[in-house]
Amino acid sequence: MTRFAASFAKPHPALVAFITAGDGDTAANLDALVAGGADVIELGMPFTDPMADGPAIQAANLRSLAKGTTTADIFAIASAFRQRHPETPLVLMGYANPMTIRGSDWFAAECAKAGVDGVICVDIPSEEDAELGPSLRAAGVDLIRLATPTTDPARLPAVLDGAGGFLYYVSVAGITGQQQAAQASIDEAVARLKAATDLPVAVGFGVRTPEQAAPIAKVADGVVVGSAFIDIIAQHGDAAAPYVETFTRSLADAIHGAKEIAA
Amino acid sequence: MTDLPNSLRSGPDERGHFGQFGGRYVAETLMPLILDLERHYRAAQADPAFKAEFDYLLKHYVGRPSPLWFAERLTEHLGGAKIYLKREDLNHTGAHKINNCIGQILLAKRMGKTKIIAETGAGQHGVATATVAALFGLPCTIFMGAVDVARQQPNVFRMKLLGAEVVAVESGAKTLKDAMNEALRHWVANVHDTFYIIGTVAGPHPYPELVRDFQSVIGDEAREQILEAEGRLPDMLIAPVGGGSNAIGLFHPFLDDADVEIVGVEAAGEGLDKKHAASLAGGRPGILHGNKTYLLQDEDGQITEAHSISAGLDYPGIGPEHSWLHEIGRVRYEPVTDDEALASFQKLTKLEGIIPALESAHAIAAAERIAPTLGKDKIIIVNCSGRGDKDIFTVADALGVEL
Ligand SMILES: Cc1ncc(COP(=O)(O)O)c(C=O)c1O
Repeated sequence: MTRFAASFAKPHPALVAFITAGDGDTAANLDALVAGGADVIELGMPFTDPMADGPAIQAANLRSLAKGTTTADIFAIASAFRQRHPETPLVLMGYANPMTIRGSDWFAAECAKAGVDGVICVDIPSEEDAELGPSLRAAGVDLIRLATPTTDPARLPAVLDGAGGFLYYVSVAGITGQQQAAQASIDEAVARLKAATDLPVAVGFGVRTPEQAAPIAKVADGVVVGSAFIDIIAQHGDAAAPYVETFTRSLADAIHGAKEIAA
Repeated sequence: MTDLPNSLRSGPDERGHFGQFGGRYVAETLMPLILDLERHYRAAQADPAFKAEFDYLLKHYVGRPSPLWFAERLTEHLGGAKIYLKREDLNHTGAHKINNCIGQILLAKRMGKTKIIAETGAGQHGVATATVAALFGLPCTIFMGAVDVARQQPNVFRMKLLGAEVVAVESGAKTLKDAMNEALRHWVANVHDTFYIIGTVAGPHPYPELVRDFQSVIGDEAREQILEAEGRLPDMLIAPVGGGSNAIGLFHPFLDDADVEIVGVEAAGEGLDKKHAASLAGGRPGILHGNKTYLLQDEDGQITEAHSISAGLDYPGIGPEHSWLHEIGRVRYEPVTDDEALASFQKLTKLEGIIPALESAHAIAAAERIAPTLGKDKIIIVNCSGRGDKDIFTVADALGVEL
């Protein structure tokens, strides 16, 4: 069983946590996420031009790059994480240019070598799959696709074609860290997506608190939280790990307790 | 246009690619809208009423055709090929930018969109967009880097007078590329009612194609005008390249005329070994703002800051069709520095009584370099893409003059 399959086979919904690589003490924060109960971790690859991100994650990208974070550093962080945590799925999330600049085969091989389970590329839609998808699949790394409120039923099969790991439902048409979607629209979308795929469906964008996460976890297989972690790291800098762990636990409690899933 | 299979004018392919360049590298949220835009554009292309309205506005509102001016004194001064200037500076709002804005706002209207957004660097595209938004009575928001807002105050005020809201973008380096990021962020959240008027031949397909088509009026007119004036096609075309919209507009109707040499001019800023904006000379292929093209970037694919004295050329990328024309060798791209452009800015002003935009001055500088090497029987058309009134503060500053 893959790490994704094992994580989503747990008897409860998954907390999917996002932080930006190289922003704060990333190794310590990753450990804190695992200790606090995160089931899947998304590690953001910083980019100079994060077009899909709101102010919080934009700033995290720039803080990381200002410290000189390189792609090699990110793979080193990922490899070390995999040594310490053999079971927690790790996803690299970012933009096309840093992922493809040395060729997609190179990137896919590095992911496999570092023990990265999946990749989310914000600006490669299914129409441009050839840019990255074939290399990742050949290397045994899942390409995680995004579905959004604008993904109409006619497009959905194309979005799902070649997708792996889990399906990430971006619940608002917008950027990260902004308003939250209405719960009813999430319920409807998740039901529609789950009818179309066997992949687990995780819901993100605009989820900041345990109170927001719980009702989503009732319907979805996972809940993604990002900007709220970034805010904690922005506030506490290199000493953020204990705060990250406490916050992770509050989210995990809410999400894990939202519903029981028969094994 | 006849789409001969071996024509260089038939691109992009149905997926928006010019060779390996172009494409649709956007977030999933935008993808359905991009496809919708393409459907509406295809319908507009097939609709004679769309073309009729476009042509009417270009003639009666923009003031087209723009003249093709034989620059006799400049020609004599250089002692070589005859130089003609395509006078886009005489258009309403002072540059070629308005051609594209007219076309796109007609598309916006067709699609039933009720709000307009755009990015701008120098403010030229922002002014042109605010102008057509005023003409059509649509609310308009212009995203502009905070650094550019500070250095382009007259254009900021123009946009406000025209009724646009100007958002000073504080993210990243606070210049054109960040303005484009912010426009894309706004668009993603407002796709249902908002039309994004992109200012150059960049962005996701079909933008590079449709902006090119709207700007091709430049080359279509120039072709007719030179045939009338000289009875033959020119030997060379020269245009400045920021994103590349004025250049492709002039070049495209001539791409299949193998005897017409074509030169695009990139901004070499302080020099190619220092800060510059020459994506072809100093960059590598990569993915940004929805398309694959040459970009200024480091070895990890992080985008590096561009520099040019001309704000309209100060962008780390270039339209994908130019990347393709560069790779297949149909167009030659040459660098021109800030200092060379400044000198040509003054020279054209004194010799012809035409104050060119600093962007256009880059093309003039290339013509000054090339014309003396060609015989007097040769003909060059240079795109005078805009007028330089907007640049007098920058030029005064560079010359150490206090206004
Ligand atoms: C007068 C003028 N020329 C050229 C440009 C560069 O743009 P493009 O390369 O798209 O023509 C600009 C951009 O602002 C401009 O104002």
